[in-house]
Amino acid sequence: MLNDITMGQYFPGNSLLHRLDPRVKLLVTFVYIIAVFIPQNWTGLAVAVAFLLLCVALSKLPVRLITKTFKPIIPLILLTSILNVFYLDSGNVWWDAGFFKLTDHGVYTAIFIAIRILCLIAGSSLLTYTTTPTALTDGLERLLNPLRALHVPVHELAMMMTIALRFIPTLIEETDKIMAAQKARGADMESGGMMQRIRAFLPVLIPLFVSSFRRAYDLATAMECRCYRGGEGRTRMNRLQMHGRDVATLLFTAVFVAALIVLNIVLPSTL
Amino acid sequence: MTVLETHNLTHVYAEGTPFEKTALDDVSLSIEKGELVGIIGHTGSGKSTFVQHLNGLLKPTSGKVLLDGEDIWKDPKQIRRVRFRVGMVFQYPEYQLFEETVYKDIAFGAKNMGLSDEEVDARVRRAAAFVGLKNELLDNSPFDLSGGEKRRAAIAGVMAMEPEVLILDEPTAGLDPKGRNNLLSQIENYRKENGTTILLVSHSMEDVARLADRVLVMHKGQLKMLAPTDEVFSRAEELEEMGLSVPAVTKVFMGLKNRGINVGQNAYTVESAVSALVARFGKGGGADA
Ligand SMILES: Nc1ncnc2c1ncn2[C@@H]1O[C@H](COP(=O)(O)OP(=O)(O)O)[C@@H](O)[C@H]1O
Ligand SMILES: [Mg+2]
Repeated sequence: MLNDITMGQYFPGNSLLHRLDPRVKLLVTFVYIIAVFIPQNWTGLAVAVAFLLLCVALSKLPVRLITKTFKPIIPLILLTSILNVFYLDSGNVWWDAGFFKLTDHGVYTAIFIAIRILCLIAGSSLLTYTTTPTALTDGLERLLNPLRALHVPVHELAMMMTIALRFIPTLIEETDKIMAAQKARGADMESGGMMQRIRAFLPVLIPLFVSSFRRAYDLATAMECRCYRGGEGRTRMNRLQMHGRDVATLLFTAVFVAALIVLNIVLPSTL
Repeated sequence: MTVLETHNLTHVYAEGTPFEKTALDDVSLSIEKGELVGIIGHTGSGKSTFVQHLNGLLKPTSGKVLLDGEDIWKDPKQIRRVRFRVGMVFQYPEYQLFEETVYKDIAFGAKNMGLSDEEVDARVRRAAAFVGLKNELLDNSPFDLSGGEKRRAAIAGVMAMEPEVLILDEPTAGLDPKGRNNLLSQIENYRKENGTTILLVSHSMEDVARLADRVLVMHKGQLKMLAPTDEVFSRAEELEEMGLSVPAVTKVFMGLKNRGINVGQNAYTVESAVSALVARFGKGGGADA
């Protein structure tokens, strides 16, 4: 059932990608998300895809995990592709129906953009697949630390994110359990119209809310018992430390971005 | 007469991911009409996974579940019917309460069956009586009940569907000894009056010894034993190897035997132990050994 949701989940491992400093992974992912929009020709896009494939290989995760994340965004890709094919009518015409022209330019652009979106999704899921939620927020907190000078509550935001990420699997599991229990009492969540389905979800939502509040209270008590009082003066047990592999990764990423820019300059644009 | 059968039932969770886990491994067995089967096994041995297959909440990775000789997945659209016939009370069922009143919550399942209002009303009151919920509580919010009362309300919600087979997954977990004793007696009474087939998953060997006709032992997803209660508990060493124990009185009796004290047959409940000891050593019972 809901167990099929893998987005945002962490898959334990000991690959190079798993061992990289979370700050480096966050930076590289951020840079990659922007870099995917640099290429204006097929060669550049191929380099961007190659970079991603290299990361997937280095993560030693099954490829199926990556392709699984594509499923929920297929509708989005279809929609953008259709729009592209419809609105772009420059280039060689393959088929002309008066109001609608199918052109090579439109089709190529659609494919180009679809690949870009897939790269975005795969790149960001690779980050969460190989980084524990705690390491992720830890890295984020450290990266955003300079913003504290502007009175941004960086620690509190990071803590909220840690807690949210920590409880996603718990909530999914809980939803699964409650759904099973209500189905056992004959709740019908799979048929009927829109309104009927929403109503059918109340028996799941209400217990879920109740237990979320209970959990929140318990967690607050547990944190207070351990004298948590925000980020002021808080020290860390595991300090993040940059290693050779982290520096190498950053350099490699810089070279990658430079290559994309150079390719844009020397090769003609296909878009 | 057989009511439920499984054939080579296997279930794999999260297939194809690094979290892949075979929770049920080739389980074949049959459950007779009207019997009470206790299901025991270490935490994670697959008990909950197994029982969730019996009413179609989980779909087998391979293998079959037959209800009255018919594959329950023959027509997936009819799976709700199976769920009304095989009632399932989950572990910690109090977390599934959601209605405004206890009455409505107990009625939820029965209503889903499409019964008339009078019939639903009669069933709700019967079920509430079985679990010992007082009438005046029925109009309260389920969230105002005590822990034990919530548990009983949730169990009543499944009983009100009057299923042919009732599955209870660790119904006594987290209850105090008195609440637990009461609940077990209520289950016994319910069974006596309705002749319902009952599957009781439990951690407590004492509970199982007291109620069960047969005991099913799970270990690492496999069916290790399915035999009459006394037979299962006479295989204490095997049970201990699986991280399970036998009832405390059974241990005492085995210890006595090992020390050469003849106490007759083994005992699995305190009552049977008392009567065995009285028969052996009681008034004029000739304590000559
Ligand atoms: N939804 C699930 N997803 C993945 N693994 C699960 C899930 N539910 C149970 N398991 C695993 O299957 C095994 C059997 O679990 P379960 O049937 O709950 O055992 P029991 O009820 O005997 O304690 C355990 O190892 C558990 O971790
Ligand atoms: Mg269980």
